[in-house]
Amino acid sequence: MSIRHGLLALLDQGPRYGYQLRTEFEARTGATWPLNVGQVYTTLGRLERDGLVEAAGEDDEGHQFYAVTHEGRAELRRWFDTPVPRTNPPRDELAIKLAMAVTVPGVDVAAVVHGQRRHSMQALQDYTRLKGRALAADSGSGGDLAWLLVLEQLIFQTEAEIRWLDHCEARLAQHAERAATAAPSGPAAPTARRAVKSRDRGRTR
Amino acid sequence: MTEQLKPADPVLHLDRVSRTHGHGAAEVHALRAVDLRVYPGELVAVMGPSGSGKSTLLTLAGGLDSPTDGRVVVEGTVLGDLDRKKLAAVRRRSVGYVFQDYNLIPALTAAENIALPRELDGVSARAARREALAALEELHIGELADRFPDDMSGGQQQRVAIARALIGDRRLVLADEPTGALDSTTGESVLAVLRARCDAGAAAMMVTHEARHAAWADRVVFLRDGLLVDETARQDAGSLLLTAATNARKDGQP
Repeated sequence: MSIRHGLLALLDQGPRYGYQLRTEFEARTGATWPLNVGQVYTTLGRLERDGLVEAAGEDDEGHQFYAVTHEGRAELRRWFDTPVPRTNPPRDELAIKLAMAVTVPGVDVAAVVHGQRRHSMQALQDYTRLKGRALAADSGSGGDLAWLLVLEQLIFQTEAEIRWLDHCEARLAQHAERAATAAPSGPAAPTARRAVKSRDRGRTR
Repeated sequence: MTEQLKPADPVLHLDRVSRTHGHGAAEVHALRAVDLRVYPGELVAVMGPSGSGKSTLLTLAGGLDSPTDGRVVVEGTVLGDLDRKKLAAVRRRSVGYVFQDYNLIPALTAAENIALPRELDGVSARAARREALAALEELHIGELADRFPDDMSGGQQQRVAIARALIGDRRLVLADEPTGALDSTTGESVLAVLRARCDAGAAAMMVTHEARHAAWADRVVFLRDGLLVDETARQDAGSLLLTAATNARKDGQP
């Protein structure tokens, strides 16, 4: 969906050909979501079929240009005027992994959390370095601003993930503690894994 | 590359430091054998939940408290070997502090606040003022020179505090939640200044609970219950995105 509207937004600034659209899309988003040119042509085909873009001639080198139609502009306007729906949250591999980790016996959940936090923190450092460069190189153009906003979206999202991982760690510890007090005769050092097992027992009762 | 990034000796070396409070049953291990080096040009962020030992780490590094075990070495000097007077001198000459609440002296202007540590170093008032003005210029806040803290925003005060922390020969900055009370863009401008100071050769250790702020650091270390449990490795900037872009080029060539 976002590629479709992204291309419409670029074509709103004048006719372009496929390879050009790909380059400009990536320039705005810093190649965060790389497009291959095949995707661009498939999307252009669908947009043309739906009457949102139309062929607008070829140049001397045989590049097929496309232009946005009246309906295409209206669709673009609609996109900007409507919030991106949150009703179907995108599938998150990490959430699924942790949901599985706490239920599969023998998985060291704390280690999963630690490893992920280190990795996410490093990604956050990378994004922040790129942002520092983007701020230093900002020429005041719209393209620079677009890239900065995309980077900051990545930064805030990664930060949220790290905060959630911190919370998971605290939650696991709390769970382990509760399991330990529930079974005082058990060994002295409860682990997150043990807490999970006791919860499972509670469920099957 | 690595040799270039870690030249010479660390400015700060926490050599297996432990700090215990209380005795017997009431004994609390605030820090357990933490080993940490901060090199010139490096910004290290310390993260951890409350009670993990972050603040203890900072007070030990600044010589405001001594470890029960291990050594704190600042620019080659073992703090534990010094008498009270010499320790005070090292604290004043080598280490700069940046606190959450700025800690500028309200009765002094920005330039006077920055010049004060230099005057205490024995530099003449006139030379100290010259250095202070240069430091303000370097941080692009020269226009604040004659303003009093009350007439400055939080972000401006904090940038002045960073200038003060690094005046003279001070090469080590210890920062405790330096962006604490600031909004996100102002906090960022403060971090950018700290980052720039480190890129220019200073060493800094910053305690923070915000990952977004810690991400300005070269390395992030994680404390839990007084133990250093994890740390990020230094990486080349943008390796993730650059790899993604390169891969895309490879499979997407028309």
